[in-house]
Amino acid sequence: MVGFGGWEMPVQYSGIVEEHLAVRRAVGLFDVSHMGEIEIRGPEALALTEFVTTNQASRLQVGQAQYSALLYEHGGFVDDLLVHKVADDHYFLCVNAANQEKDYEHIRRRNRFRAEVEFAGPRYAQLALQGPRALETLAKLTETDLGALAYYHFTDGRVAGAPARIARTGYTGEDGFELYLPPAEAPRVFGELLAAGAEFGIRPCGLGARNTLRLEAKMALYGHEIDASIRPPEAELNWIVKMDKGEFVGRKALERLAAAGVRRKLIGFEMRGPGIARDGYPVYVEGRPAGWVTSGGPAPYLNKNIGLCYLPLELARLGRPMEIAVRGRLIAAETVPTPFYKRARAN
Amino acid sequence: MYPDEFKYTREHEWVKLEGELGVVGITFHAQQALGDIVYVELPKVGSQAVQGKAIGTVESVKAVSDIYAPVSGEVVEVNEALTQTPELLNRDPHGEAWLAKIRLSAPEELERLLSAAQYRDLVAEES
Repeated sequence: MVGFGGWEMPVQYSGIVEEHLAVRRAVGLFDVSHMGEIEIRGPEALALTEFVTTNQASRLQVGQAQYSALLYEHGGFVDDLLVHKVADDHYFLCVNAANQEKDYEHIRRRNRFRAEVEFAGPRYAQLALQGPRALETLAKLTETDLGALAYYHFTDGRVAGAPARIARTGYTGEDGFELYLPPAEAPRVFGELLAAGAEFGIRPCGLGARNTLRLEAKMALYGHEIDASIRPPEAELNWIVKMDKGEFVGRKALERLAAAGVRRKLIGFEMRGPGIARDGYPVYVEGRPAGWVTSGGPAPYLNKNIGLCYLPLELARLGRPMEIAVRGRLIAAETVPTPFYKRARAN
Repeated sequence: MYPDEFKYTREHEWVKLEGELGVVGITFHAQQALGDIVYVELPKVGSQAVQGKAIGTVESVKAVSDIYAPVSGEVVEVNEALTQTPELLNRDPHGEAWLAKIRLSAPEELERLLSAAQYRDLVAEES
């Protein structure tokens, strides 16, 4: 177990590789109760949500979720998050555990609307059921028609008798569900999900597999790919920034950045030489220091050593040979297209 | 679990005497804490190991860890099999997955290491 922002969490149960492969091939269950929840309610809940997030909340239907970001006025990331529209006057935000107090304060201080902001983390536990057999597993424990729930949609229902917000979202690159439940019910539901998934080979999964899975799928992790010093176009996250939606926090800085030109970019790489890139290792191009690794490690499903790094824009080209300084030794690597892993979709 | 004839370090290496050579490895507890081991960097044959100094690294999916020499002396042989099959360290850390053989230059250093009983206590404290 490791300490994580006041939570005791397992890095692994049976082993990162086994857990990782269970999610890619069958189903895995994560206790992600450390994640934070913030609720915005009131007649101007939408106006506040639009003002503090970068994606277009006004395009959400009730029961739909979107990936988005909170930015500072200077354009750097406060956090990334999922915005769920519960009702016209109610938005439910899922944010990173370590950032939840900061995010709450950030939103509250910019609230000049008729809206209330609630720090709701303590009211929710969260379980993530992920993998190609996640639907069959969950279907045994709920009357909700899961097949009718499209990707990035959610509904309120019951799981194993417990009230639950059931969202078809995830952080693994697989199909799956994230369940928000009352904390008192979570341990029992966790056990029932494990029992329901036993016939498919379900594995309880820890923080280690969560990280290797999201890296293969090239999903950003706050503190690695994004932080206060990084702005969305640098992190290749312009797709969650809607510049034409009107005023929002960070917009002016992004306009200035667009005018001045982006100077660095996140890009994926694979190791070509024997060595594993880890977070923070320096990147060299043609013998000169050029950037740094934001996340790196073995990719258990792909059986390669992969990573993400920031490079100056003029160097961030696919197929570029480069080197990673692995504890003082330069090891060959090459930039590659991302995501490293993309699941085959039926539709 | 932890053979009585081995000596142990607080950093979770073991050493076993074979004549004037010390066979060196990492403990069961070390491989368990690291998880799936995917890469091993061994010392060079002919290099000088110094007790308590790094002689190599072992990497699992989740982390990198230095291997510290439990004894000083010349590295006379390394277990090349680990380069191709690092997962051997998870399967047989006290046997087949030895890391290196060191010709002891200061055998009295062994007295500074932990006995199996002391090491078991250390592991119990850490778990």
